[in-house]
Parts: sequence; C-alpha cells; structure tokens
Amino acid sequence: MRRVAKLSAACIASAALALTATACGSTSSDNDSGSSSSGDGKGVKIGLAFDVGGRGDRSFNDSAARGADKAKKEFGGEIKELTAKTSDTEADREQRLSDLAEAGYNPVIGVGYAYAASMTKVAAKYPKTSFGIVDSVVNGTNVDSITFTEEQGSYLAGVAAALKTKTKHVGFIGGVDVPLIKKFEAGYVQGVKDTNPKIKVDTQYLSHGSDTSGFASPDKGKEAAQGMLDNGADVIYTAAGSSGNGAIEAVAGKKGAWAIGVDSDQYNIPGLAKYKNAILTSMVKNVDVGVYDFVKSVHDGKPLSGTNSYSLAKDGVSLATSGGFIDDLQNKLDDAKKKIIDGSIKVKTTP
Amino acid sequence: MKKLTSRIDKERLLLGIAAPVLAIVAALLVTALVILATGKNPGAAFSDMTTYGFASDSQVYILNKATTYYLAGVAVAIGFRMNLFNIGVDGQYRLAAFMAAVLGGALTVPGWLAIPLIIICAMATGALWAAIAGVLKVTRGVSEVIATIMLNSIATAIIGYLLQPGRLGELQQGGTLVSTKPLPSSSHFFNIDTGPAGVLDGFIIVAVVVGLAYWFVLGRTRFGFDLRTVGQSESAASASGVSVKKMVATSMIISGAVAGLIGMPTLLNESHQYDNSFPAGIGFTGIAIALLGRNNPIGIALGALLWGFLERTTNHLEFEGYDKEILGVIQGVIVLCVVIAYEVVRRYGLKRQQQKVGAELAAQAAATKKQEVAS
Repeated sequence: MRRVAKLSAACIASAALALTATACGSTSSDNDSGSSSSGDGKGVKIGLAFDVGGRGDRSFNDSAARGADKAKKEFGGEIKELTAKTSDTEADREQRLSDLAEAGYNPVIGVGYAYAASMTKVAAKYPKTSFGIVDSVVNGTNVDSITFTEEQGSYLAGVAAALKTKTKHVGFIGGVDVPLIKKFEAGYVQGVKDTNPKIKVDTQYLSHGSDTSGFASPDKGKEAAQGMLDNGADVIYTAAGSSGNGAIEAVAGKKGAWAIGVDSDQYNIPGLAKYKNAILTSMVKNVDVGVYDFVKSVHDGKPLSGTNSYSLAKDGVSLATSGGFIDDLQNKLDDAKKKIIDGSIKVKTTP
Repeated sequence: MKKLTSRIDKERLLLGIAAPVLAIVAALLVTALVILATGKNPGAAFSDMTTYGFASDSQVYILNKATTYYLAGVAVAIGFRMNLFNIGVDGQYRLAAFMAAVLGGALTVPGWLAIPLIIICAMATGALWAAIAGVLKVTRGVSEVIATIMLNSIATAIIGYLLQPGRLGELQQGGTLVSTKPLPSSSHFFNIDTGPAGVLDGFIIVAVVVGLAYWFVLGRTRFGFDLRTVGQSESAASASGVSVKKMVATSMIISGAVAGLIGMPTLLNESHQYDNSFPAGIGFTGIAIALLGRNNPIGIALGALLWGFLERTTNHLEFEGYDKEILGVIQGVIVLCVVIAYEVVRRYGLKRQQQKVGAELAAQAAATKKQEVAS
C-alpha cells in the first residue's frame, strides 16, 4: 500500500515537472500584453518601487512619494506604487521593476539602494523606459542615479549642535550601521570637532548589518537618546527613520536639551507637534526634489541620466530653520556652507 | 483480516490528502472574505493569480524560490522528526551563507574545486552553529528553542560586525552598499537557461538530492529509525539501547548542515555575494513549510511550491491594485488551517479505526458465542 502512495506521489511530481519543463509556452508578459499598451494618454505614468516601509514612514519613502505626488499634480497622469518586503530576493525586486516597465510606466523609480543590482538588469532589458534610482549609482544610458551629499548637511547640523551645547557633550544616533548612515555620522562629527574640538560626541547605532529594525523602532530610539541624556549630552542628532520619533520624544522630556531631526523638516510634521519646541533644526534631504526633477525631465522628453548628485550647493540637502531656534547661528552656518561649497572644507564620507 | 487492513490504508491515504485540501479550501474561503471586505472582487483576484502564476516566467520564478524554501523546510523537518524545534535555521543559514561568500570571494582555485569547498564551508558553518544549541541541550538541558533564538541574534551581530569595509566587506559603487568580495565567475553554479521565461537555478538538482537523501536516511536506515524512535518516545528509545543524547546532538548538527545549504541557491546562482539585501527570515518560512508538508519529503516540496506560487502571484496582485498584505493573510490562514485540519482529520481517522476494530471484535465475539452455543 505504501508503494501505491509513493508511486502516485512520484507520478504527480514528475507530471508537475514535465508541465514546468514545457513551461506552458507563454510568459506572463504575453498574457497581459493587451492591457499594457493603454499608457499613451496624457500626463506621466510614474512607477514607484518603494523600499521596506513604503509610503507613510514619515521619512525617506514619504519624501520620494512627495516628489512623485507633486509631479502628478503638475503634469497629470498616474502613480503606481509597489513596496518591498524584508524577505525579498533579487528575483522579487526584478519582478517589481519589470512589471512596472512592462505595463508601460515611464519613468520607473527605485527608492533605495536595494534596487541597484536589479535595476542594472531590468534597465538593460527595457532600453526605451527611463529608470531612476535613489541613493545609489547604476550605470546605463537610461538610468538617472539620484544621490545626496548627506555628509555636507550633517556637517552643518554638527556646527549647529556645537554652538548650542552647554554641557560640551553631544550625541549621534544612527538607525543601522550601513555606509549610508555612516555618511551622516562622519559629517556630523567633523562639523562638531571643527567648531570646537573639545566637545565630546557619543555615537550609537540601533541595529546592525542586515537587521534593519533600527530604522523602524521608536522604542530603541527613545532608549538610546535617554542613555545619552543621562550621560550629559544635550544635543542629539538622530538619523534613523521612524526610530527618530522616539529619540525626539526622549529629548523633549529634558529641559534645555535639543533634538536634530532628519530627512524631512520634522518641526512641521503633525505627529511630532507635541515635541516641536525641542527640535532645534532638521537635516533635510530633498529626495522629493530629486524625484520631481527626474519625472519632469522625462515629461519634457529629455530624461536625465548618469549620476545626479544633490549637494549642498544645489540645495539637495539643507538645514531647516522652522521654529527659529538657529536664527542666532545663521551667520556661522552660512559661513560653513560657503566654505563647503567653494571646497575649502572637505567633508569626509566615512567616520 | 488482510482485506480489512488494506481498506483502512486506502482510507488513510484519502484522509491524508483530505487534510491539506481541506486546509487550502478553507484558506481560500477566508482570503475571499478578506478581499471582499476590502471592497474588491475575489473571483477576479483568483483568476489573475492562476493566469499569472502559470505563465512560464512565473514557473521559473516559483521553482527558484521553491528550491530555497525546500531546503529550509527539510532543515526544519529533520528537527521536527526528533521533536526538536530548531528555530535557529534562520541564523544558521545567514551565517553559513556569509562565511561561504567570504571564502568564495577569497578562493582563487578553479570552479570545480571552489564550488564544493564553498558548499562544504556553508554546511560546516551551519552545523557548527546548530551544534552549540545541541551541545547546550545535551550537557546543560538548555531548551533548544531559547538557545537557537539567542543564536539567531548573535549571528546577526557577528555578520553586522564582520561585514564592514576594512574587515570582510567592501564598499560598492555609489557608497551605499557593503558586500563581501564577489565570487569569481568560475565559482558560479550552472544555470538552466529557459529562454524568455528566465533562468532556472541549477541548485534545484542539489535540492532534489537532499530530498532523496532525507527520505532514504530517515525511512531506510538504522539511524533514521533511531531518530524517529527518539522523536516518538525518549524513554522507549533509551530502553531499546539508543543513546538519546547522542541522537539529539547529531540531529541538531544535521539540521544545521542542511540549513547551511539554504543560502546557496541565492549565493551561487543569483547574487554571487553576501550583502545587506541578502534575503532574511527564510528559516521561519521553513517552519511553516515543514508544517504544511508534514515533514514528508514530497509534502515539503509541494508546500515549497505553493509558497513560491503565493509570493509570485500576490506580488502581481499588489500591482493590480489589491492590498499587498493579502499575501501575509493567505499564508497565515493556510498554516493555521493546516494545523487544524490535520488534527481534525487525525481524530476522525482514529475514531473510524476504533469503530472498525470494535465492530470486528464484536463480530468475532458473536461468532465464538454462536460456536459455543452450537457445540
């Protein structure tokens, strides 16, 4: 009897394999080719492939979404959004980008460095589609690599922190110890030390390596910030996605301490309104500008390509002035900004 | 009597198939309700899933995913057969893939030598990492569940520490991704090009071999018998002369060695390097798949294929405007339904069997009584 069961199982298995070997003839793109040619209407069809977290993270992905929304409002058209999962392999990312390109979305934008390898392949397969990638560099004549000089903006944040601290002790909290976040750290520490070498800088990362939870754990952010405050730090800069919300909450609980926000102007974020009087400034990374510029270039028929670095000089990164807490430092900040732009200050990208 | 056993067996086969079918039907029903609740048409969703899922490129994708998931399922199942809950498969495969990637990047020997070395390195790393939990359990009585969960976190920390520029990692172009040194192209595993449908990972053959070995070792050897005995009753096993401690440690090590293979299709066939975007969490997927396949080598294969099918098709559902969370709902409901359905079917089967045996005994008793009366 067991033999019969095994035999039938073997038959099913080999039948399934045979089915696969012949591969049923048509690919998925043949199957839905009918619906894919509907994109020649007016406006732009923007395909957005988000990183883990997606729209609604109040930070990085949201900033890209803002840029796409703005473009849609101006040029008309539609946005198709897909979001990454933590269990993604290259195949999933390739599928996501190919699905968008196949359906006629143009441009297709990969938000986050995770899309670098998959975009290299997919961009070669769809030479007529314009691709954009945020935070990484992909070679290809139809790819716009949108990068930012986070270290320059963070340098200014460091200058502001050094000028505001009373205890001569400041802190930096990073989400995950990836190279991207280390650029924030490097710039910040250099900015502090150039202003006053005697100031002590505490550095802490919330998670490590492929564990990306540090970008989305307000509780960890709060704990880390509390630890730094207890040690005597009174200005804390957090580059950690939504974990930063927790750090800001902790800092707001201590009188005289300041928090520095990141990516968006966090003083103006409704969810953080309760703590806004503790937010000294924010190092704004204008992903939205990069995304908007790219979509606009595609709309105008002259798609951007190559590496477009959004630097301090191009206002790709900047310090927010909402709240007016750094108005008294503006002269010194402008001075530092000028020196970075003319090259007399070189900001390091690694700590 | 012979007739009776064959009838029960046929029933058992039917019942065995009934459980997963019941579970999948129930899961589809619940999913349909969820899609309805979001205001969309479940019929259209399911028909999109079928047409998209059976396209040739989807099949290649599903087989590639299933290769990885199958290895994960087998790694977990080896523990399950022994009543060991190896939650640490996740950490074992990540650490193994990382170490293997480091070794592969450093090797300069020809491919026919490098590839076996990389695979052996991965299996050894996985085995060693699992052995820690095994030894702790045998010598100190530490629950393998607790030990392996902790070891998962430690593996993450170790990889995080070593995967830095200047240690074992290197910074990629664009300055945002750290990876190990990429494998030389001679160390890439062979691929099967299926034309427009995509590229099938050659590692699928290794997965099939692992499946055959799993079936043979567990079902056809003394070791497999000992292992299953210990899983069913430790006291009975030790009474019949099996060293339980030795079996616990050994099966943990084998489970870890197979776990070491999980990252190999990705490393040798696809990414050729270990970086922060290396897939995580597959060890936990393996638990679901082993449950789904009831630790049976063919069952696990079907479970792995189903999982790949669901991921492929729900990715496309998101594209069609359905919520991306549908995937999690379907997967969760299937696992839940499977566990419940197996239990329900098992109880039903047991009841039927008891009734049959009861009836048989009653008939026998009646017959002997009749004989007595006659004589």
